[in-house]
Amino acid sequence: MKLKLNIWRQEDANAKGGFETYDLDGIHGDMSFLEMLDILNNELVEKNVEPVEFDHDCREGICGMCSLQINGEPHGPDKGITTCQLHMRRFKDGDTITIEPFRAKAFPVIRDLVVDRSSFDRIQHAGGYISVNTSGNTQDANSIPVEKENADLAFNAATCIGCGACVAACKNASAMLFTSAKVSQYALLPQGEIEATERVLNMVHQMDNEGFGNCTNTGACELECPKGISLENIARMNREYLSASFKG
Amino acid sequence: MYLINIKCTFGVNFKQIVMSGISKTSIARKFAMALSGLFLVLFLAQHFTINFTSVFSEDTFNEISHFMGTNFLVQAVLQPVLIFGVVFHFIMGFILEIQNNKARVVKYKKYSGGANSSWMSRNMIFSGAVILLFLGLHFYDFWFPEIVHKYIESHPEDATRYYSETVAKFAGDPIRTGLYAISFIFLMLHLLHGFASSFQSIGFNNKYSRALTVFAKAFAVVIPLGFIFIAVFHYINN
Repeated sequence: MKLKLNIWRQEDANAKGGFETYDLDGIHGDMSFLEMLDILNNELVEKNVEPVEFDHDCREGICGMCSLQINGEPHGPDKGITTCQLHMRRFKDGDTITIEPFRAKAFPVIRDLVVDRSSFDRIQHAGGYISVNTSGNTQDANSIPVEKENADLAFNAATCIGCGACVAACKNASAMLFTSAKVSQYALLPQGEIEATERVLNMVHQMDNEGFGNCTNTGACELECPKGISLENIARMNREYLSASFKG
Repeated sequence: MYLINIKCTFGVNFKQIVMSGISKTSIARKFAMALSGLFLVLFLAQHFTINFTSVFSEDTFNEISHFMGTNFLVQAVLQPVLIFGVVFHFIMGFILEIQNNKARVVKYKKYSGGANSSWMSRNMIFSGAVILLFLGLHFYDFWFPEIVHKYIESHPEDATRYYSETVAKFAGDPIRTGLYAISFIFLMLHLLHGFASSFQSIGFNNKYSRALTVFAKAFAVVIPLGFIFIAVFHYINN
């Protein structure tokens, strides 16, 4: 199929970017979206043009590295997948595809379609862990009983791959879904109870400091999340946060 | 030692956050918006119930209105609380909108918001602004004349004036009736997202949420339509 690609090009973080249009031919429906970009880049290299920078790693939907706002939606028009799992059969011959980086003040563009998502790392560092004494008396995690329902909910929350689609989809660029998944995966387990109060306060505090917007419950994050992280996690984080605040 | 250090660090952060954060964090703002919104929903239900009596009983409407207009607790406590709630909800709404705009400095060239969220949820500031304009008209029509009547011109109490004063605003005035109807449509759009979403904001998301959402959406449709019915009823019947 033949495609027209409108792609955001930006030399570096400080450069003023803009859209460039490329015509691409010979794209097969069975190709992934990233393979299509690989082909474009091969053509650009042959023409001595700088290839389009974009994030990718595992290319099987588990690492959270690929991003891209494709025709106005993070990870493209299909739900429950990452960009690397998007296939070109989703598009028609002659289509124009607009490809932009994830936009948020807390996700500054590094180059072309690559954004800096280390703000997520800093939120995680603020409390997304449990402290375990590793002096030799470590308790076997399996010896602590966990209710099946809570174990499932914690596991579901833990499937968040931190890709940032929630922020990209949200009209407010809010990171509530990501943060709430990381808070929930520990809040639901006995291992996470000890630091629960400090964890939610510190992670929310860090999230706000990073410059993400406020959540207004549009639900866009949940629908665009490739792992189907539920809005229930945001409600849980709200409860955890309010409870932690009043404990002080 | 490592664990003790972590505890100390957390201890300091905790105090800082609790002392300064509850009024400044995104969750606290969200919680405050939801609570003020739920309070205004309660007020709407009460306002609608009183107004609806004007459709079937002039005496009942006069009686309740006279009570609301002269009762000390209503006037001195509930009314200021209500005004504070309205002002707080609007100011906080605009503050949130400004903050949210700052969170995405460079906008998308192509943004398919309709693919993952409702128009109502994405345009709360717009529907809210229309409601604010409507409140200006509503205060001009009813609240300011009432304050002038009672506290500036100090007229003696008259328990029979409320029905005729209300009806007179709509009788033979298609523009005012139309403006009220349009405003209530925007109120409906605002409530369709706001009421149900306020439960999520206060952390209520469980097996009862679906039923509560159905109730909230029904409320969001029925109450504004009811207000429109009352305005049109008095326009047609008088």
